[in-house]
Amino acid sequence: MAEQVRHMVDAVYRSDSRRVLATLIRLVGDFDLAEEALHDAFAAAVERWPSDGVPGSPRAWLVSTGRFKAIDAMRRRARFDASVGELARRFDAAANDATELEEGDGVEDDRLRLIFTCCHPALAPDAQIALTLREVCGLTTEEIAHAFLTPAPTLAQRIVRAKAKIRDARIPYVVPTHAALPERLDQVLRVIYLVFNEGYAASSGASLTRHDLSGEAIRLGRLLVELLPEPEAMGLLALMLLHESRRVARTSPTGELVLLADQDRSLWDRDQIAEGTALVERALSSRRIGPYTLQAAIAAVHAEAASAEATDWVQIVGLYDVLERVDPTPVVELNRAVAVAMRDGPAAGLAIIDALLARGDLDDYHLAHSARADLCRRVGRTADARRSYQRALDLTRQEPERRFLERRLHELGLNV
Amino acid sequence: MKYLCMIYSEEGAWGKMPPAEQEKWLGEYFAFSDGIKKSGHYVGSNALQPTPTATTVRVRNGKVSTTDGPFVETKEQLGGYYLIEAKDLNDAIQVAARCPGARHGSVEVRPIIEYERP
Repeated sequence: MAEQVRHMVDAVYRSDSRRVLATLIRLVGDFDLAEEALHDAFAAAVERWPSDGVPGSPRAWLVSTGRFKAIDAMRRRARFDASVGELARRFDAAANDATELEEGDGVEDDRLRLIFTCCHPALAPDAQIALTLREVCGLTTEEIAHAFLTPAPTLAQRIVRAKAKIRDARIPYVVPTHAALPERLDQVLRVIYLVFNEGYAASSGASLTRHDLSGEAIRLGRLLVELLPEPEAMGLLALMLLHESRRVARTSPTGELVLLADQDRSLWDRDQIAEGTALVERALSSRRIGPYTLQAAIAAVHAEAASAEATDWVQIVGLYDVLERVDPTPVVELNRAVAVAMRDGPAAGLAIIDALLARGDLDDYHLAHSARADLCRRVGRTADARRSYQRALDLTRQEPERRFLERRLHELGLNV
Repeated sequence: MKYLCMIYSEEGAWGKMPPAEQEKWLGEYFAFSDGIKKSGHYVGSNALQPTPTATTVRVRNGKVSTTDGPFVETKEQLGGYYLIEAKDLNDAIQVAARCPGARHGSVEVRPIIEYERP
């Protein structure tokens, strides 16, 4: 029996601890105190549920137990330290407002409040990512440090500083107002996409994919779509799912990089493609179309093609044209150039990339040089191709990509 | 809660401005001040003389040392400030974003510590 209850507590922890935390932060007004209260509430559950029975609504029980534990802790501390007196007063005021404890819309809002607070633009970008993974996803500091190849003390310090700023600069625990929402939502989406990319194409290190982070980002994306079904939130989730669908096909069994054109498409995850494509359609039908949705639409066109040759390049270039208007960045121009090369032949794409590089915007971007190298190779300009592969090789920090470029250089060498 | 909004900008730029443009900026500052007085955010504000007028004072081992110029030389200098009362950081950021200084330079928003006297 005790064993069963123990399993029950573990299950509730996995499914509900983040929701309980999000509500406790609102009630207590302080991240650290809320985390302590969360811990105490679960400890109390382990102690009392075996004899008292599991409550009808475990989540409400945990929130109310956590709240009382926090009141106790507050009162104890207030006796020793006058500076927490103000916090205690604020907290008592919040605790008296018992109606806010009830389940319902408020509880879901708490999770959104937590996401928007962790991704507040006044926090350092690194800290936003660390705090989101810690508080919203419930990853441990050690797990986050490991995933980002950062020493754990550095990461812990980042989180401590961010929490101190939330408290001292009084970053409010709110969902942004309607006027501020688009910009703040962008910030949240950026954080989620950074986490995804860190997992999908680790910026350095031996392994090309760090699956856990991508999975975490997709979970975050799902949560956001559930709580705030904005078109761009759907677009980002779709984009992540469509990229993720190719994970297995992206690397060979020996860990080598496989380009989109050469991938075994039977390895693509059809369920993720179906889910991603449906989300793209939902986002597009909103008529408020942003860059994530457009990128997802491009990924969806790739996903429905039986082979690289069978890809609808006309549609892809058309989508890039729109993307370039919505999000005019050199990287988008580069990707469009590659699509143009597929539609109109390598020379057409090469002309665009050369113009881009001449502007100097992408000179340090390894993918610009490897794209140029590939097009030079296809039009038979071997010496130029070799030079560009070499430049790309000098710039990349990823092991599998290095090996890929070295292979290409080697092939060109033999052709001379 | 109080926040200090410090306006940093390149102070040389002001002198190079034609008088009509200087007047335009001053007008915007006056309008901004009036606006945040009306909304109840305003506590106080001042513009500062440029850094060549600055003097840095230190006392070490009881000895006063006085040097010409600001404590640190930077590309953008502190040119003035607004002390505001805001509900939270979001509210303070909204006020700072309306300040003309955010357009010709940048505004650093710092929360004020209020110590209680024992």
